[in-house]
Amino acid sequence: MRKAVNRMMTAVFSLAGWTAIIFIFLIFLFTFKETAGVLNAHTLRAFFLVDPPVWQPTSDVPKLSLLPIILGTLKATVVSLLFACPIGVSAALFSSEFAPPRLREVIKPLIELLAGIPSVVMGFFALMVLATWLQDAFGFTYRLNAVNAGVALGFALVPIVYTISEDGLAAVPRAHREASYALGATKFQTAWKVVLPAAAPAVFASFVLAFGRAIGETMILLMAGGNAAITSLSLLDPLRTLSATIAAEMGEVVVGSEHYAALFFMGTLLFVITFISNSGGQWVIKRMQRRLQGTAR
Amino acid sequence: MIDVRNFNFFYGEHQVLHGINLEIPDRQVTALIGPSGCGKSTFLRSINRMNDIIPGTRGEGLIAINGENVYAPSVDVVSLRRRVGMVFQKSNPFPKSIYENVAYGLRIGGMTDKRRIDATVERSLRRAAIWDEVKDRLNSSALALSGGQQQRLCIARALAVDPDILLMDEPASALDPIATQKIEELVYELKSNYTIVIVTHNMQQAARVSDRTAFFMLGKLVEYDVTKTIFMTPKEKLTEDYITGRFG
Amino acid sequence: MKSAALGVSVLLILAILLVIIGNIAIHGAKQVTWEFISQPPRDGLMAGGILPAIVGTAALVMLMSIVAVPLGVATAIYLHEYTPAGGSWIATIMRSAVANLAGVPSIVFGLFGLGFFINFIGRNIDRATQPPGEVLWGQGSLLWAACTLALLTLPTVIVATEEALRTVPQDLREASLALGATQWETIRRVVLPGSLPGILTGAILGISRGAGEVAPILFTGAAYYLPFLPGDVTDQFMHLGYHVLILSTQSPDVEATKPLLYGTVFVLLALTFLLNLAGVVIRTRTRSRLAR
Repeated sequence: MRKAVNRMMTAVFSLAGWTAIIFIFLIFLFTFKETAGVLNAHTLRAFFLVDPPVWQPTSDVPKLSLLPIILGTLKATVVSLLFACPIGVSAALFSSEFAPPRLREVIKPLIELLAGIPSVVMGFFALMVLATWLQDAFGFTYRLNAVNAGVALGFALVPIVYTISEDGLAAVPRAHREASYALGATKFQTAWKVVLPAAAPAVFASFVLAFGRAIGETMILLMAGGNAAITSLSLLDPLRTLSATIAAEMGEVVVGSEHYAALFFMGTLLFVITFISNSGGQWVIKRMQRRLQGTAR
Repeated sequence: MIDVRNFNFFYGEHQVLHGINLEIPDRQVTALIGPSGCGKSTFLRSINRMNDIIPGTRGEGLIAINGENVYAPSVDVVSLRRRVGMVFQKSNPFPKSIYENVAYGLRIGGMTDKRRIDATVERSLRRAAIWDEVKDRLNSSALALSGGQQQRLCIARALAVDPDILLMDEPASALDPIATQKIEELVYELKSNYTIVIVTHNMQQAARVSDRTAFFMLGKLVEYDVTKTIFMTPKEKLTEDYITGRFG
Repeated sequence: MKSAALGVSVLLILAILLVIIGNIAIHGAKQVTWEFISQPPRDGLMAGGILPAIVGTAALVMLMSIVAVPLGVATAIYLHEYTPAGGSWIATIMRSAVANLAGVPSIVFGLFGLGFFINFIGRNIDRATQPPGEVLWGQGSLLWAACTLALLTLPTVIVATEEALRTVPQDLREASLALGATQWETIRRVVLPGSLPGILTGAILGISRGAGEVAPILFTGAAYYLPFLPGDVTDQFMHLGYHVLILSTQSPDVEATKPLLYGTVFVLLALTFLLNLAGVVIRTRTRSRLAR
């Protein structure tokens, strides 16, 4: 009897273990399925190569160029990473190498508090408050634009960059620092030339994870980006991202139409991009770690 | 009686026990001695198949307890472990009360009558010579006891399920001399009711406590005899060299 | 002092945090009256309270936990207790699947919820159990939104549970097995009780994340205005975060709804922070207990 229960529970647990694998597979399958039926050379040309590149799915002749939306995604991502990465790494460096331990105990949870702000709240703040400040300070033509959305997104990314970089910096063995001090280097020189390079895999990992989060973020960009799918390289124009487009238009789309398939295509694209960046980032990190451990011997 | 015939043990491709042959008599203390890495602990853990939880290990040959080979494919390992109790090198009481630690094996076996559990717990704690020290705080945490007391609690826990055989893997190596002495006295008392196999790296302890001693080296059984013979008039030169400290 | 320059970045981050929370607290706290949290909205959602959104969010999050916590704990138990300690190909694939699940954008979860739970599972249940043409399960509802959110929070629960399982020393498992317990009995009587605080932390952190997510519920059951409170898992529901989204972007008179908006945002933020705080408190108390 006890053995039977034990055998049953073993089966239950292994089934649970498989659900993660099954669902990752299903997520790809069901997102791709809704777009696969329509994908062929013709629609792909309509998505990517049509000229002029315009996204107007609801006009009489639907125009389904993804280019303005992809451009919007890239603009927002670039601005957010340019904001979050330097600030996050500087804060992590300060926290790990210069702050007294008690201060560090206070800084870490406070920055994690920033991570706890739901993205819809961040988007709300950017829409209501940040946009007005930026416009007053810099005289933007449009209140909601790539800078506004990118900076707000950057706020959300900072904790990711900070936490993972800081863990990596703290994990650098004391021996490295002591060797540097013994050669007469200052704290800053040691931090900058020895510790930071040693923590490169972790810092890189933090950037990759931040990138993945930025690409997939929906609420902040939907609320603070201006919701206009225009093809423009200017950061001062409003934008639309892949995820925001799905969020904005999925509710009203006709099931089975080309528009519907285009939206699911964007979803598949998002899934594939984040899957590759996540897996690729993890692979690069493993390689860097092996290299660093090798030279340390 | 534990009858071991041509027993081999493998960690993956690496063989760690070679053709072990010995007979361990009932109601006596048999000590396993030898330098570190000689396989004595591996052999001990083979008797109750605790090695099974390490992946990639394999035991071949015969270890028969009262005629039944424990390595037969039809053997129920779970009930084997009830009949063969084990005490570990570092005491490992559960983070529960003293009472619940001893009662653990009983509850698993399905005992629900509180009075029977109470009686068995008391009997086990008495047998482990710790009843007087804990009788007033059975519900307090086992982790609050000293190292030596925790080890005696683990012995009581093992005794509660009424095994025939008690395997002890260097039970006193983490304890101070006074606690060690208490454990040794306990082993001497227990042998009238249980068959005890004890691994020790302390030769004086083996000499004090055991009836028979087996000397292992590099996975082979070098010599096995009455303790007095092993320590006074060993037949093998290797044994003599080890006893006299020519190598550790 | 170059290190001071680095320190400025920390101050900047803290300033951002302060400004955001401060702005919301200042404008939002005064909106939170008893009426606000206990009354449904009125005047075309320009006034009144947000009770249905609070109830909807709470119901959603509870349902999500019922799905996510047992599944996540069971997965972590399988990975930690049943796969060999040195790693195996199946464990590597599973852990990589969990890591990838954690990286899936929240809007893709929403699409999946729509495409799989609603259009596939829901519609097929309808085909089997409902008169033709009737739609009960094949539409947005608490159930499907909760399942979608559960997938999103699964990695959080799994990682926290594995961490908790790791804190149980191996020799306790050995002691239990040596007494003749089966693996399941060992897990039930020794491992789980010992890792309960860590599991609880993971569950709470997962819940606080789930409470704030809006993208996954956009097409799986959230609604802007419902004249009733959700009474059944097949009902649609109002939701604090969704309310904020719609009010911010689709309200005809932004100035008039600003007070309501700020109040809703304040409640949502307070809820998330309280849950986060609870999780952190349990985690620090567990760590100090273990250190003893």
